[in-house]
Amino acid sequence: MRTSHKLIACAVAMLAFAGISSAQVTQYQEEQNLGMEAHVGHLTGHAAAASTNYRRYCAGCHGVIGDGEGENAMWLDPKPRNFTLGQFKCRSTPSGSLPTDDDLYNTVGRGLQSSNMPSWNPLSDQQRVDLVAYVKHFSDRFKTEKPGEPIPIPAEPEVTADRIKSGQALFQKLECWKCHGVTGRANGPSADTLTDDQNRPIKPFNFHDQTKFKCGTEDSDLYRIFMTGLDGTPMPSFADNVKPDEAWDLVFYLRTLQPQHSKEKEIAKQLGLKPINPNAPAPAAPAPTTDNKPQ
Amino acid sequence: MKSKNWNRAIVFFFVTLLLAAAAIIAQHKVKAAPPSGGEVTGTVKLDGTPPHQKPIDMSKEPSCAAIHKDHPVTTEGVVAGPDGGLENVVVYISEGWNGSPVTPSSEPIFDQKGCQYKPHVLGLDVNEHFKVVNSDQTSHNIHPMPKPGSGNHEWNKSQPPGAPPIDSSWSAEEVAIHVKCNIHPWMSGYMVVVKTPYGVSDDKGSYKIGNLPPGNYTLTAWQETYGTQTQKVTVAAGKPATANFTFKAK
Repeated sequence: MRTSHKLIACAVAMLAFAGISSAQVTQYQEEQNLGMEAHVGHLTGHAAAASTNYRRYCAGCHGVIGDGEGENAMWLDPKPRNFTLGQFKCRSTPSGSLPTDDDLYNTVGRGLQSSNMPSWNPLSDQQRVDLVAYVKHFSDRFKTEKPGEPIPIPAEPEVTADRIKSGQALFQKLECWKCHGVTGRANGPSADTLTDDQNRPIKPFNFHDQTKFKCGTEDSDLYRIFMTGLDGTPMPSFADNVKPDEAWDLVFYLRTLQPQHSKEKEIAKQLGLKPINPNAPAPAAPAPTTDNKPQ
Repeated sequence: MKSKNWNRAIVFFFVTLLLAAAAIIAQHKVKAAPPSGGEVTGTVKLDGTPPHQKPIDMSKEPSCAAIHKDHPVTTEGVVAGPDGGLENVVVYISEGWNGSPVTPSSEPIFDQKGCQYKPHVLGLDVNEHFKVVNSDQTSHNIHPMPKPGSGNHEWNKSQPPGAPPIDSSWSAEEVAIHVKCNIHPWMSGYMVVVKTPYGVSDDKGSYKIGNLPPGNYTLTAWQETYGTQTQKVTVAAGKPATANFTFKAK
C-alpha cells in the first residue's frame, strides 16, 4: 500500500474510532439503561418491552427523553414529572431517597388526583410493570442507588375520641396550620408564598374542599404522605418527630377536616371539636422518636 | 517515507502514547500525607458600594419578628463591613491538592435562629457530618436543594422547636447548595461542599486555610452574588502565604 494511502487510512481510522466511540457510548448507554428491570409482586418488568407503550401513552406529557417536557407539558399545572431527576412525590420511603418499584407501580395505576396524570389501570399488570422499568431507566440514580427502606406503618387502630384529640394537638404542635390553615382551607400564613423546586407557585392541600390526596385516598396513603414528605414540593417529612402510632392520631384528625362523611367526623361532632387556636400555647410535646442526641 | 520507516513511526507513536498514559496514571496515585503545617490567610474585599439589601418583613412569624424588633434584618446576598471586608466568602483549594482526605475538626452546626440560618454560609467537606438545629420557637422545614445531577439529593424535613438535631452529610462536591425553609420564604442559606481544605471569611473579610503541606495551589473564592475568582499561591514550610481577593461591586 502506498505511504500516502497508509497515512490517509490511519487518519480515517483514528477519526472513525473517535466517532464510533462517542456514538457507541450513547447507544451503548441507552442499551444498558433499557436493561432496567422492575419487580412488583411476582411480576418482573423490562424497560425494553415498554418502549412502544411509553411513546404511545406517556411521551406526550413526560417527553420522549423523560424530562417532563412533552408537547403537552406547557399546558399543564402541575407539570409532568421529570424522570431524569430520580425524584418522586408518592413514596413509602424517607425524604431524599428513591421510591420502591411498588410505589411507582401504584402511582402509574392510580394516577394523581388533581393533576393531568390519569389512572393507567386499563393497561395490564405486565404492561404497567414494564412501564415502571422504563420510567426508572431515565435516571442514573436507579442504577447506582437502592430505594430507601419503606417506613414502618403499624396496623391502623380503632378511631377513638382520644386519638382525634391527640391528633389535633399534633396538628397544632407540628404547625401544619401554617400552610394548611387552622380549618385546613390551605389559607395558613405561609400558604401564599409557597413555591416548588422550580420556584413556581404551589398550593398546599385543601382538606376542607378535597376528598382525595395526590398520592391516594386511603388512611394509609395519608399516613405515608406526611411521614415521607412530597419530594420536590414544600411538604416536608415529619417522620423524625412523630411516633408511628401517633401518626394514626393525626390521620384521624385530618379526616375530620375533610368534606366527606366519616367516623372521624361523627366523633368530632359529638365532641364539639373546635378548630385549634394557633395563638394558644401548644399542648405538651410528645417525646421525639429519633436517637439523634446532640453530642 | 519508506515502508520500513513508516512501520517504525507507528510503533514509536504507540509506545509514546503508552508511556504518556502511564505517567498520567502514576501522577494520580494518592501519596501518603506529607508534613503539613503551612497555611494561607487573606482578606476578601468588595471594591465599590455594596448593593442595597432588602429589609425582611417577619410579621408573619411574630416570634421571630420580636427577636429582631430593635435591629431589623435584611437579605444577606452581600454582607460587607465598613472597610469593605466581605463576609461569607468560601475560599478553597481548587487545584494542587494531593488528594489525601481532609480531616474535619468538629461537627459543624447549621442553626435556625431568629428565622435566619446561622451561619449564612456553611463550609463542608464531602461526607463530613453536620447537624441542623432549631433554636427558634417556631417550626422550620429544612429544605436543601442541590442541583440535579450533582450527586447530592434533595431532602425536606420538618423540625419543630425542641426537636433533636438532624444529622446529615453530602456525598458529592457542590459549590453551592441552596437551603430554604418553605414556611418562612425569606430564609436563605448555603452549604458549600468541597473535597479540599477551605476557609470561610468572617465579618472583617478575613479567612484562613490551615494544615497545608508545602506546594503550589490554586485557590477559588466563592461569593453567592458575585460568583468565583481564582488565584495561585505557593505554600512553603514555615512561611505563611497570603492571598487576597477583591470582588467588584456591580
